[in-house]
Amino acid sequence: MPPSRRKPAGLNPLDLDAIPLAPVVLVKGSEGYFVDAVTDHLLALAKQRDPEVEVTRIDAAAYQPHQLDVITSPSLFEERRHVVVDGVDAASDAFITDGLAYLEQLDSEVGEVSMVLRHTKGVRGKKLLDAIAAAGLPVVQCDPLKRDTEKVDFVSARFRAAGRRASADAVRGLVEALGSDLRELAAGVQQLIDDTTGAITPDVVQRYHGGRVEATGFRVADTAIAGDGAAAVTLLRHALSTGSDPVPLVAALAMKLRTLAKVAATRGRGGASAADLGLAPWQIDRARRELSGWTPEGLAAAITAVADADAEVKGESREPQFAVERAVLRVAGARAGR
Amino acid sequence: MTSLWDAVVGQDEVVATLAAAAARPESMTHAWLITGPPGSGRSVAARAFAAALQAPDDPEGTSHEARTAFNGTHSDVTVHVTERLIITIDEARTLVQTAYRTPGQGRWRVIIIEDADRIAERTSNVLLKAIEEPPPRTVWLLCAPSPMDMLPTIRSRCRQINLRVPEPQAVADLLVRRDGVEPALALECARAAQSHIGVAGRLARNPGARAYRQRVLAIPSRIRGVGDAVLAAGELVEEATEQSKVATAERDAEERVELMRNLGVTEGEKLPPSLRSQLRQLEDDQKRRARRALLDTIDRALVDLLSYYRDVLVVQVGSDVSLINTAVEERIREMAADSTPEQSLRRMQAIGRTRARFDEYGTVAPLLAIESLFIALRPQG
Repeated sequence: MPPSRRKPAGLNPLDLDAIPLAPVVLVKGSEGYFVDAVTDHLLALAKQRDPEVEVTRIDAAAYQPHQLDVITSPSLFEERRHVVVDGVDAASDAFITDGLAYLEQLDSEVGEVSMVLRHTKGVRGKKLLDAIAAAGLPVVQCDPLKRDTEKVDFVSARFRAAGRRASADAVRGLVEALGSDLRELAAGVQQLIDDTTGAITPDVVQRYHGGRVEATGFRVADTAIAGDGAAAVTLLRHALSTGSDPVPLVAALAMKLRTLAKVAATRGRGGASAADLGLAPWQIDRARRELSGWTPEGLAAAITAVADADAEVKGESREPQFAVERAVLRVAGARAGR
Repeated sequence: MTSLWDAVVGQDEVVATLAAAAARPESMTHAWLITGPPGSGRSVAARAFAAALQAPDDPEGTSHEARTAFNGTHSDVTVHVTERLIITIDEARTLVQTAYRTPGQGRWRVIIIEDADRIAERTSNVLLKAIEEPPPRTVWLLCAPSPMDMLPTIRSRCRQINLRVPEPQAVADLLVRRDGVEPALALECARAAQSHIGVAGRLARNPGARAYRQRVLAIPSRIRGVGDAVLAAGELVEEATEQSKVATAERDAEERVELMRNLGVTEGEKLPPSLRSQLRQLEDDQKRRARRALLDTIDRALVDLLSYYRDVLVVQVGSDVSLINTAVEERIREMAADSTPEQSLRRMQAIGRTRARFDEYGTVAPLLAIESLFIALRPQG
């Protein structure tokens, strides 16, 4: 074992400059955009160190025993080598065995060989992953950005790094238009940086990405439950035309209404807590806010409409898209019609 | 005197017809369609008939031949039981192949299809020829809730036998005789099960099932508003899921071990990728079975609820028909006083609609469907 240089576990892929070249770097997580960005960054570092560096890419899934020895064995002229190992999440057993052996004899300094392991899903090869972390080697944690605020931060940071000013509305507009895929979002940001000059305003975003809204089932449901039928139907059409299926849309509506009804049921009594309902505290807070404007009768009508739509999208009606649309309108109407 | 027909409860005419057919070749037919409401003993009648066919000289049904035929382990008796939502075309083809084999030791080759209503239309066509003109010593016994469940082409090729709903007392007698249940409890269970022999037996033997039924029957008086409805729906579906899981989990694990053994994979060893598809297929089958178990459990609860509102309606219109749920008579009378017959009918209609939806579109979300049903059950003007 090399003398361990303790590093905080899990480097942040947003902060590329803090990620050093090391004998082995583990890049792990399901956000492919970050994994690629970190891989590129490390390759750039390796080239910076030695422009003549020999780059080898291998696929851990198709790895044959001792391939690693062949690639990393010391060379006569001390040529530097950079190895990118793809698909560690589906690694062959031979790779895990050889990888562990390789870690055993590793120096802590970057020698001739620098290596990047890409592990994008699951827990395959956990022993190897743990050994890398235990040896104090850098581990970059590339988790997807889930919340819109994280995405907004990501976009703002990108603009800042390019020395551009962007208004908050513009950033939000961009996230709304492209937020479902980080790769697309990053490309959109780059496009605006490259193709425009001056401050980035909502108008600029509108010009490039106008009218495009990525709607998820939950956004449709949120809007419908807020009582805004027109906006909800617009979102629904967007969602359907960008490939969403009616079935999960109905499920999202049902889930939202269920939460509302449960919270409404306990509000009067104040007895049951969040744990009793099987809901997270933030869900309850949110439901309490959304409940304003809803009557029990309204909820009843809404849930009935959604249940009808559920049967309809599953075969009772020939036109599932219309069924969802009608359900969305009925839900929105059920709130308004108090 | 015991007889092999004892298990067929309260169906004297049917027993006479079948016994005569088994005894006299001239009253025999090559295909029978045994219909009757669920739990009236369709499959039991079919099995008893199979036993009578294989062992004509043994009216008591104690011989090896008769017993194995009744249990479905006789080599010339094929009992097809499905645990899925439909009988697949491959299964049907296998049955047809079996039908063309000469009986090995018995007198007849008997093929019993329980739940023949689960045969899809295209699959029915595979069976047509084999049912119309089977080899001389082959008998088809199809069981279905109603003749209307079968295609006319199948119906017309079969001799129809119709079972009726047995009297609760007859079912209770069977429970007392067969399972040694207390007569009073047996009668209560037989009533609660509406003479469904299988359900009555389960209720009588299993205190957990009785408790579950009590909880289901408590639901109507619990639902005062929308919130209660949603909460009660959540509980009901959760409990049904739990129950169906208990019913299937053990078998799932066993089948998995069995498959692994057949594939030559030892315990704890990693499954080679080339064999994974087989495991996946097993898991898919198990998932389908679990789904059906869940829907069956929910449907049983819905039937119980239906019986409850039926009782309410009986009280409201002042009919002198006996109640099904005698144990909760007080609550039923309360609800009858609190609501109108129109409401009761609307509620029963809502239950019927939900059941039909489950039946027809097997993929509807159970929780959502039950929620909207319970909302429809809430007191409203």
